[in-house]
Amino acid sequence: MWRYEKRLQHPVNITTPNPRLAQFIASQYGGPDGEIAASMRYLSQRYAMPYDIGKAVLTDIGTEELAHMEMIASIIHQLTRGLTAEQIAASGLGPYYIDHTNGIWPQAAGGIPFNACEFQSKGDPITDLYEDLAAEQKARTTYDNILRVVKDPEVCDPIRFLREREIVHFQRFGEALRDVQDHLDSRNFYALNPAFDNPAKAGEAAEGAKTC
Amino acid sequence: MNETYSQFNCGQLKAMLDQSSFAMDDVLLFLDTHPCDQAALAYYQSVSRMRRDALAAYQTNCGPVMVDGVNSANGYWNWIQGPWPWEGGR
Repeated sequence: MWRYEKRLQHPVNITTPNPRLAQFIASQYGGPDGEIAASMRYLSQRYAMPYDIGKAVLTDIGTEELAHMEMIASIIHQLTRGLTAEQIAASGLGPYYIDHTNGIWPQAAGGIPFNACEFQSKGDPITDLYEDLAAEQKARTTYDNILRVVKDPEVCDPIRFLREREIVHFQRFGEALRDVQDHLDSRNFYALNPAFDNPAKAGEAAEGAKTC
Repeated sequence: MNETYSQFNCGQLKAMLDQSSFAMDDVLLFLDTHPCDQAALAYYQSVSRMRRDALAAYQTNCGPVMVDGVNSANGYWNWIQGPWPWEGGR
């Protein structure tokens, strides 16, 4: 169950519109390494995760990604606010404007619509966590690319915050993967699906420990 | 915490939390489109109190629901402890 908090995770206050920049940043909303794909990926993967640490990390990072999606949408909204149709057309955002006016719609920087093929939920916690680690790094690279072309400090500030969260998520997913590996049965040397083919036996005692 | 809630077990507290929370989900939508409806505002106040009390009692006695309601007095982050909502059982 989710409940909305009426605030952004980190403030977004952009006073100078820049539709060209909005088009770049829109990729982190609905693009291949964007925040929607991140949230849907992690929240969908939870059900095949056999271990509590992994379930908690997927739930809590998947939830935080919803807040990042709201921050990115707020950045795009503020970058395109108050512009005339001529200004938008001249910026290169014309085709988007024709279909969506100033509305927020999930697409990649190149105009490809968001779709679920941008992430996997493989039903194998090891496979899924490797994808999650890669996803966080890809998103961090995208934010690095955005920061190289953004000069407005009001835009850089929330983008830097989001970039740093990718780094934190990469660390936490790495720890969750290590926990899954610690649960592997010694006979499952090649790390086959511990949620389906090779459920851990030796490691299950550790899962019962609920104190420090 | 509202003392009257201490007589209930975790199953009862969970039912009270679910019911008051759903009443909140529903009156919230009604108030979004009827922001001046005084009867709905009064109902919201009572639902809000019921959810707050049920939530506090449940989190104290049964386990965390919200991330800022984890009882860590035993030195353990039991937020991660199953069963999780999608697994049934609570």
